[in-house]
Amino acid sequence: MRIGSRLPAHLALAPAVLIALVAYCGAMGWTIWMSFTNSRMLPSSVFVGLRQYSSLIANERWQVSVSNIAIFGCLFIIATLVVGFVLAALIDQRVRGENLLRSVFLYPFSMSFIVTGLAWRWMLDPTFGIEKVGRDLGLSAFHFDWLVRPERVIYTLVIAAVWHASGLVMAIMLAGLRGVDPEIWKATRVDGIPSWRVYAFIIVPLLRGSFATAVVLLATSVMRLYDLSVAMTNGGPGIASEVPAKFVMDHLFDRGNVGLAAAAATTMLITVVAVVAPLLYWQHSRPGARQIA
Amino acid sequence: MSAGNIVPRGRRPKRLTPERVGLHAFLIICALFFLTPLYVMLVTSLKGMPEIRQGHLLALPSAPGLAAWGKAWFAACTGLSCNGIRVGFVNSLRILIPSVIVSIAIGAVTGYALSFWRSRGAVLLFGILIAVAFIPYQVFIYPLVRIFSHLGINNSVPGIVVIHTIFGLPTMTLIFRNHFAGLPEELFKAARVDGAGFWRIFGAIMLPMALPIIVVAVILQVTGIWNDFIFGLVFAGRENLPMTVQLNNIVNSTQGEREYNVEMAATLLTATVPLVVYFVSGRWFVRGIAAGGVKG
Repeated sequence: MRIGSRLPAHLALAPAVLIALVAYCGAMGWTIWMSFTNSRMLPSSVFVGLRQYSSLIANERWQVSVSNIAIFGCLFIIATLVVGFVLAALIDQRVRGENLLRSVFLYPFSMSFIVTGLAWRWMLDPTFGIEKVGRDLGLSAFHFDWLVRPERVIYTLVIAAVWHASGLVMAIMLAGLRGVDPEIWKATRVDGIPSWRVYAFIIVPLLRGSFATAVVLLATSVMRLYDLSVAMTNGGPGIASEVPAKFVMDHLFDRGNVGLAAAAATTMLITVVAVVAPLLYWQHSRPGARQIA
Repeated sequence: MSAGNIVPRGRRPKRLTPERVGLHAFLIICALFFLTPLYVMLVTSLKGMPEIRQGHLLALPSAPGLAAWGKAWFAACTGLSCNGIRVGFVNSLRILIPSVIVSIAIGAVTGYALSFWRSRGAVLLFGILIAVAFIPYQVFIYPLVRIFSHLGINNSVPGIVVIHTIFGLPTMTLIFRNHFAGLPEELFKAARVDGAGFWRIFGAIMLPMALPIIVVAVILQVTGIWNDFIFGLVFAGRENLPMTVQLNNIVNSTQGEREYNVEMAATLLTATVPLVVYFVSGRWFVRGIAAGGVKG
């Protein structure tokens, strides 16, 4: 059946092959190569070994970016999973207005990070935002100025990002919960097991495929975190909310240091491979992986 | 609760108990929390600046007006030009329409070819596509800028269309391949017995059967491309900046006194297209997330 179909199939795949060779592999290889050169404004071919990497590690802005993305990544993934799963478990109790509730929890996900960032920046405005609401309600000692406090600002990004992505996790978990065999619920009821224990020891392990899917999606978006930081804080105050993706973009297009940016991008690539590859393996090597498909 | 009536399938239909009331109350409070940013944006955009300074964030506007919306649309400033966010809206449409069409067309053809014809090379190609879905864009951007300026398509609408095609390809290929691979093989066989070739089978049999997945692809690409910031910033060029980039410029490059009501009106205007797509498409949106999210 396949014989004779090769030429048209080759033609059909030509654009994808071209994209894969040039735009994916070629561009990635070039970036990795540039990370070993002394490229400044323009690419150079002077090989300097690992010098860009050593100046990257010594760069304060990069250190702040890395520690920020670690804090953001952990808090964001955990909080989004918890909020999303709890919402899904509650909605799964045959509540009224399920469709409306689902729409409300998921709508932030349809909006861009720029819109999300600007909305939360206004909500958390230290002069007119939530702090003023608290003061007007008579809480004169109420403080919420995290947006302008260097040691707290990264948490404001977490708040906005959790609001944006919780609905996604809810949708994934709800699909998983709907796939749970009703016999399990019947059996646990007959045995009189309290429902929190059923969730903790039976349902959550059953949904590990859904959890893996959610973690992969969230982890990918953590590494891409850029727009939100630009819109909400532009990396500030000072460099307190800088993130790796923004470090790369700023050094490529504003600071004219392509070699250092390439070293940073390559470091991001290695991190993603190290984090996502085991997750994907885990997702596909266990039962339950196909539950949401 | 009494254990009197055991139903054969699923959980028991529950009656009104304190727990049920508490459950609904909790969900309603959560829903209100999720709606707060949208509400705050809306009421802020309907207020005047004096009221914003004196009143507080959650208060309803005393005299709601659309002045800020008018200013955001027709006269908001980015740098020295004050032509409003409508410029970005038009640019986003000029980018969106060709990008959606081209990226879906190439994704559908690639997905079809990969489902139809499985050689070792095809498996490798598919693996590369899936891997790219996880890799940060920063790894690709600078070489692509160099290549595009070499080809003379940097800072142009064709350039940004090519970029959206390149980075839409993994998800588009994945959902179309999965869809076509799920169709019964007898369809191919019957068509081939009747003498239909590769393209004929695609046009006459596969595409008509792919309508639902095309809807999903359109939803994914319209929201994704409309919400894009980074590619528009780097590849579209000064004359074609999409709405998200212009919005950020309006808000973050303001000199002097900031007009929060105009900023929020501009933000809502930018969010309108994806919100409409979301609320009109309903469950299709969720289907899109599921189709694009389950890799492999």
